[in-house]
Amino acid sequence: MSLGLDRARVSELRLQVNGDPRTIAGPATLLDLLGQLGLDPRMIVVELNREIVRRPRLGDVALKDGDQVELVHFVGGG
Amino acid sequence: MTNINDIPLTVGGRAFRSRLLLGTGKYRSNQEMVEAISASGAEVITVAVRRVDLDRSKEEGILHHLDPSRFFLLANTAGCYTADEAVRYARLAREAGFNEFIKLEVIGDRDTLLPDTDGLITATRTLAGEGFKVMAYTNDDLVTALRLEQAGAAAVMPLASPIGSGLGLLNPYSIRTIKRRLSVPVLVDAGVGTASDACVTMEQGVDGILMNTAIAEAEHPVAMAAAMRHAVEAGRLAFLAGRMPRREVAVPSSPAHGMLG
Repeated sequence: MSLGLDRARVSELRLQVNGDPRTIAGPATLLDLLGQLGLDPRMIVVELNREIVRRPRLGDVALKDGDQVELVHFVGGG
Repeated sequence: MTNINDIPLTVGGRAFRSRLLLGTGKYRSNQEMVEAISASGAEVITVAVRRVDLDRSKEEGILHHLDPSRFFLLANTAGCYTADEAVRYARLAREAGFNEFIKLEVIGDRDTLLPDTDGLITATRTLAGEGFKVMAYTNDDLVTALRLEQAGAAAVMPLASPIGSGLGLLNPYSIRTIKRRLSVPVLVDAGVGTASDACVTMEQGVDGILMNTAIAEAEHPVAMAAAMRHAVEAGRLAFLAGRMPRREVAVPSSPAHGMLG
């Protein structure tokens, strides 16, 4: 029984996404995260732990517990 | 209309169809922004890099409203207060995949939004070394402008007056001096308030103007955008035409002879 609980905990990924805590079910890639958030990867630039992850690699990079993710896009500005 | 053939504005090896560059901030609606851009004739459109708002599910980035195939998207580093922060934003902007141009801002003071010129020069050197075409927003100081050029800036963008102030061109002499001494294009960025400001600025011989608030905060932004288009064209043409000398005495325009006896 405790084994089952541990396994559930292991599959949870506690992330910081755009500065806010967010917990998602693991395993998950960055592309999975964008999918869960309903974001179109063609419109977003992703930084993982302050390193840019290029679009073609989003599906290859597995998220780890404690990862810090920044999702940015273009908005109006001067 | 004229026998003066102007060459197009060219920055970093790329030619642009208008000398008027437009920001996309502070419009009352996206529809109004799109119509104003269209009325201005601008090709270069600035955008900012910001976090996606994850709580507002319907929030859309600006690319939902602007067709990137019709405009040249120039990302800025607005809101950055250190060279490192500006470099980070520039790299994120380039990763969006449109171009290698960046409108570099490193702000040094929250009240006036005047630039941190040390940070600006440092960030310009770093980004130019990474292949960016840096268009650096700076103050109207010649020495800083020269150092930005030496650091590898593709264009230097001195202010007419502080960002969003609408005070117009405060120091035409500085702007003319910077234009005369630099080899890279000089575009005035910030401070224009109305069409006459844009016209006077272009009459100094600068290569272009970037503006945002003067149009976005006008009572009728689309009409002001059209006015700015004409003002930039008129000022450019007047510069190329070469103005008459200033005199402190009157000179009659009609013949002095042939008057009735």
